[in-house]
Amino acid sequence: MNTQTLVSLDPESSRLICRGEWNLANLIKIKNDIKKISWPKQGALIVDGQDITKMDSAGAWLLNYSLKKISSNKLTTQLQHFSEQAAELLALVAARADDALEAPVLRHQNTLERVGRGAVQQLGELRDFLEFTGQLAFEFARGIFHPKSWRWSELAAVIYQTGLQALPIIALLSFMIGVVISYQMGNQLRNYGANVFIVNLLGLSILREFGPLITAIMVAGRTGSAFTAQLGTMKLNQEVDALNTMGVTPGQLLLLPRLLGLFIALPLLTMWADIFGVLGGIVMANSMLGITASDFLHRFQVEIPMRALLIGLGKAPVFALLIGSIGCFQGMKVEGGADSVGKQTTRSVVLAIFFIIVADAIFSIIFSRLQL
Amino acid sequence: MTQQPIIEVKDISINLGGAWVHKNLNLSVNRGEILAIVGGSGSGKTTLLREMLMLQKPDSGSIRIFDHELTTASRLTLLEVQKRWGVLFQQNALFSSLTVQENTAFPLREHTELDTKTINDLAILKILLSGLSADAAVKYPAELSGGMQKRAGVARAIVLDPELLFLDEPTSGLDPESAGAFDELILNLQKTMGLTIVMVTHDLDSLWHVTNRVAFLGEGKVLCVDAMAALVKNPHPLIQAFFSGARGRTTQRIYD
Repeated sequence: MNTQTLVSLDPESSRLICRGEWNLANLIKIKNDIKKISWPKQGALIVDGQDITKMDSAGAWLLNYSLKKISSNKLTTQLQHFSEQAAELLALVAARADDALEAPVLRHQNTLERVGRGAVQQLGELRDFLEFTGQLAFEFARGIFHPKSWRWSELAAVIYQTGLQALPIIALLSFMIGVVISYQMGNQLRNYGANVFIVNLLGLSILREFGPLITAIMVAGRTGSAFTAQLGTMKLNQEVDALNTMGVTPGQLLLLPRLLGLFIALPLLTMWADIFGVLGGIVMANSMLGITASDFLHRFQVEIPMRALLIGLGKAPVFALLIGSIGCFQGMKVEGGADSVGKQTTRSVVLAIFFIIVADAIFSIIFSRLQL
Repeated sequence: MTQQPIIEVKDISINLGGAWVHKNLNLSVNRGEILAIVGGSGSGKTTLLREMLMLQKPDSGSIRIFDHELTTASRLTLLEVQKRWGVLFQQNALFSSLTVQENTAFPLREHTELDTKTINDLAILKILLSGLSADAAVKYPAELSGGMQKRAGVARAIVLDPELLFLDEPTSGLDPESAGAFDELILNLQKTMGLTIVMVTHDLDSLWHVTNRVAFLGEGKVLCVDAMAALVKNPHPLIQAFFSGARGRTTQRIYD
């Protein structure tokens, strides 16, 4: 870049001489040059563009903007010797600049307003969710009377994706949970010489709580998010609209198979997690507390009631409905663009895990009241 | 108009999924002209555009833009070229999480060291130049109609005052009135900003009204590059088939 100033004022003849490349690349330099100029207070200023080699719209804007700022009743400006293209650009920019060059400012909301709007929005979402579940229940009921409308292949695909494909990760995770729990508890039990009670503690905690909970949380992260992202993208792509116009409701083809598939898969996964959790416990009990696998299993059979397993498995369908309905609902709420898919997917996972834990707490209260 | 090519595509070949989309294709674009690329479906128009934009690398051949060889260009060279061109995608590709103004200001923020106010002013200027009102600046792309999104896309494409503008089917999906207005916008920008424009289009009205030259793609090559009036007289069967349909003839009558 040349060091010569791109714009200077010749006070004698009252000419503003512009030269060189008036483009975006030089914009900062031109701006600095303009700042250094001491403008005359009055008279007629002639702006000479003869030596301008190149001008783009950014340069034209800057010239127009600067001249407008200095011109007043006493000081008028006149453009001279500009090339045809530059003159056209200047005219174009000047025509637009007469409009307000300011974007309208968005009104700032105060805290009270934000809280209020937030509350109304949440209530609206709750109503939407109720409407959504109601509609699904209606579709489900209709499906009972029209068995042909069931989409068995979609259902199988959902079970395959959410169930079968999740087996390795769930197995690994619950095995590790089993190891961790028996390690922590084993440390305490060993102090009292009550090694053998590891079987009761581990069996009950895995079967009643950790198995269902860990599986559900894992599935919420793995499957609930996938539901939201899939449905959201389909909605953006107008696939959902296309289905509607073909007389196939999205509920039939997209939502119910997902919900039912998860309803079937999650209890099975929970059973799978129970097995591996206990297996992890057995390994740890063997190596740390000296309880052989056969001792462990024998005592397990005696000490752990069937009830514990059933209570654990009984929670799974409820969790499945929570994950599935929240995942699908958030997916169907996607609108606008890619941004919304991300936002709703996050919401889907957070809400699903939140409600899983809330539901688990409610179950705990109910079961303790029932003395189960 | 000087006849120095701004884009020079030489002997490029590309094989996609087992089929040769381009086989020794040659094309050059002169500074200051509006060149359209046409051809039947699957003739490789979009692929050619993607190759020129370096979104897809050809298997062989050379692409020179602004006298830089792009196929072997370093990241820095490519960036220099990228700052000098603007692209309007078919689906506009506006960033959905940003407002129109933020979208438009994005290249300025990335590639210049201007202060925020200047950036915002320049962005608004480009938004106005593209024919949107200042009210649209604070809206998100999803809140705009298709035609307005197109204009916002143009505003973003021209914000760096590029020398070269690529348009991918700019008038598809617009109603005739908006499409006509869009043609005017293109002509206007080309004239005032001295742009060179490369556009892929199917719109016969645009082809007749806007372009200086039209390149017809077929059989993996550029079959003919010529002004529209001469192109339609080319005896090649593919070209004849393309323009001699009822629509082609009707449009030709209007502009003859």
